[in-house]
Amino acid sequence: MANYRAMVIGVSAGGFKALSVVLPQLQRELPLPVLIVQHLSPVSDTYLVDHLRQRCAVKVKLAEDKEPAEAGVVYLAPPDYHLLIEADYSLALSLENRVNYSRPSIDVLFASAAEVFLEGLIGVVMTGANADGAEGLARIQECGGLTVVQAPETAEVNIMPLAALEAVAVDHIVPLDRLGRFLNMLAMGQ
Amino acid sequence: MSDIAERLENERIEIQLLLEGLFLKYGHDFRDYAGAHLKRRMEYRKLAEGLDNYAEMLHKILYDQAFLQQLLLDLSINITEMFRDPWVYAKIRKAVVPHLKTYPFIRSWHAGCSTGQEVYSMCILFHEEEVSGKRIQIYATDFNDLVLDKARQAIFPIEVVKEYTANYQKAGGLSSFAEYYTADYESVKINPPLRDRVLFSAHNLATDGVFAEMNIIFCRNVLIYFNKELQNKVMKLFYDSLCPGGFLCLGPKESLRFTDYADKFDIVGEKERIYRKKRGLHQGLSNEQ
Ligand SMILES: C[S@@+](CC[C@H](N)C(=O)[O-])C[C@H]1O[C@@H](n2cnc3c(N)ncnc32)[C@H](O)[C@@H]1O
Repeated sequence: MANYRAMVIGVSAGGFKALSVVLPQLQRELPLPVLIVQHLSPVSDTYLVDHLRQRCAVKVKLAEDKEPAEAGVVYLAPPDYHLLIEADYSLALSLENRVNYSRPSIDVLFASAAEVFLEGLIGVVMTGANADGAEGLARIQECGGLTVVQAPETAEVNIMPLAALEAVAVDHIVPLDRLGRFLNMLAMGQ
Repeated sequence: MSDIAERLENERIEIQLLLEGLFLKYGHDFRDYAGAHLKRRMEYRKLAEGLDNYAEMLHKILYDQAFLQQLLLDLSINITEMFRDPWVYAKIRKAVVPHLKTYPFIRSWHAGCSTGQEVYSMCILFHEEEVSGKRIQIYATDFNDLVLDKARQAIFPIEVVKEYTANYQKAGGLSSFAEYYTADYESVKINPPLRDRVLFSAHNLATDGVFAEMNIIFCRNVLIYFNKELQNKVMKLFYDSLCPGGFLCLGPKESLRFTDYADKFDIVGEKERIYRKKRGLHQGLSNEQ
């Protein structure tokens, strides 16, 4: 059984609800860090974090620059910053231009994580109204990581999962209500 | 080792050699910049030029001046605005300036000032808080000569005025922002008070040292592009440059928390990332570690 070292999730339109379903299914002793890019408007505050924190067993916080990525913690990219991960597993933020009209961009996170964790990475694309994440997921696969997409028919907006499915021959397609438990299982090495 | 792992390792070696070559030949030191960001920027240029690998890119850097200039632009992020993060300026007005005004003479340093917007914002703020030109010297530095030239000119596209005006108001501006610029058809020239108190000069945070004792240092949205080692080195530079009780203002996503200097500063504004060098620790402390 593969031993995963990190998980990255990309989610956009419909993400608020979708994450509220998935993340509470993760268990407190999750043996890896979870890095999430959720597209938000540049002005939104920490509302999503507070909302998820109340519902989750795992720790949820906004990612900080230079912070070491720790197991059992879910890190959300702060609004208006790209989130990346360094070779020493510390988080990095950047104000580089938008990618796919987005900052944070899913492709940016996925590409950097793919190279750091190789086959130790799980990449997940969920509901959303654009194609951000498709290229990143392909990169994850190329680097040996595991690819997962939310079943499009269970996505509030199916454009992003469909774009990912078109770009990548993914390993797993999982409906929303089972996605959290499935990821939990993968992370636990079961 | 898998194919991809080996390829990535070779790529890392090539990038390291490239950065070394850039430093050896031109003195531009990017060796301790944050790796993931740096790689993205270089990868972008590599693809745009149709280069196969970073060894080729090194060759081009050594022989092709135009390419070198292009790459240097790629590697720097110069985005800035006046009264960026207005709430920070509001806090400076309230919690920092009153302390600064107790000093007979104020030295202020903007490190990584880019095209000068942050500097001119502070000029306006100091003016409105009645700090006279006789009592202040403002240093503004960057390692990029192009942005320094623009900063000296203080000419900005007219489109930014609306945003700057809104920022100025949110920052607690006491007057009207229009008082501080002269508009042309497509540009505005900022005429801030205290402008003759600003000294712009080239200074590289990675390689240059202390040049004066400061009462306040601004270094916003610069450290985010450095790795931990360089961040610590620059923090030492700031620590050594600040007088006891001197202030340090970082960008909203930069903090002392993950540096060696966290316990040598008090927090003035957590959210605003404003810190104050503790008193009572003698100056040489950071040298002893
Ligand atoms: C994003 S701008 C920040 C401008 C301004 N402080 C602000 O927050 O709006 C970053 C600036 O840091 C400068 N910079 C990057 N590395 C530097 C170094 N090693 N020494 C001095 N300046 C540097 C860049 O040239 C750029 O102008």
